[in-house]
Amino acid sequence: MSSHPDSRADSRADSTAESQAAAAPRTGTRWLWFHKLSSPPYAFRTSGKLRPWFLWPALILMAIGLYGGLVLAPADYQQKDAFRIIYVHVPAGILSLQVYIVMAIAAAVGLIWRIKLGHALAAAIAPIGAWLTVLCLATGSIYGKPMWGTWWEWEPRLTSELIMLFLYLGYMALRNSFDDVQRADRAADVLAIVGVVNVPIVKYSVEWWTSLHQGPTFSKLDAPSMAASMAWPWVLMMLAFMLYCAAVTCDRLRTEILKRERNASWLGEQLKELKP
Amino acid sequence: MNLTTFFAMGGYGAYIWSCYGLTAAVLIFMAWRARSELKAEITRAQRRSVIAEQQP
Repeated sequence: MSSHPDSRADSRADSTAESQAAAAPRTGTRWLWFHKLSSPPYAFRTSGKLRPWFLWPALILMAIGLYGGLVLAPADYQQKDAFRIIYVHVPAGILSLQVYIVMAIAAAVGLIWRIKLGHALAAAIAPIGAWLTVLCLATGSIYGKPMWGTWWEWEPRLTSELIMLFLYLGYMALRNSFDDVQRADRAADVLAIVGVVNVPIVKYSVEWWTSLHQGPTFSKLDAPSMAASMAWPWVLMMLAFMLYCAAVTCDRLRTEILKRERNASWLGEQLKELKP
Repeated sequence: MNLTTFFAMGGYGAYIWSCYGLTAAVLIFMAWRARSELKAEITRAQRRSVIAEQQP
């Protein structure tokens, strides 16, 4: 726990970034950006401004990636056209893990430094991760049927990804089981941090155990297992998924801040500028 | 390339298009849901602040 005089700044709901900066005169400017970033009014405004910059590039990249993946890329010599499922399956899977890492870091920041925005971000991002996990499992299942001859197999990769879904759902259920937001934050965010052990298990499950699931397709840069014409659409799709999730996170984070900052005085001024 | 062979996807059409359809549905739903929740919350907060201003 920090005795940094500025570390209390975040508990003042109505303090603006500017007044926080003024409140920390000699303690160094190193952490100023952090406290500015973590102040609810600043985050509320910034995420509103950033959203279109995430959303439109996401949609453009997705359109190009889809054309590249579905039309330009040649069929795989082994998996034929079915391999095209990876353009949605793999980004969903990778992001389901990345979103969890972001959620756990946000939860840790909220718990350790008592930064409210950390809790808010963790709460905002959890349903996104849950949906991506569902998407990964569902598309994987549809991919599995023609490739493996089964919709589901209790093997390491699939099982650990299913546990990922239960972690997300458990996190959301635990959060909803408290009426008090602060208690919900503490309990749910401890679960988020503990659950992060499952992330490397999912990632390395195909290497640690004998798995029906194929190994990573894109990580071998020195000896790529995929032709460039197949790989570039995937890179675009991956970026597009990340940007798209960032755009959704902007909206969800703003909703979460609004719910948590009900009585904050900064809200009144902001609300006048917003259209419903 | 004609459209029939494109949609057939070498016999894997049903698998591929259900995956892409599902992905589109989830992504659109996620964004729509986030947007509508934000709008509802803004309306609620604005109503609240109007009530607060009316009180002496």
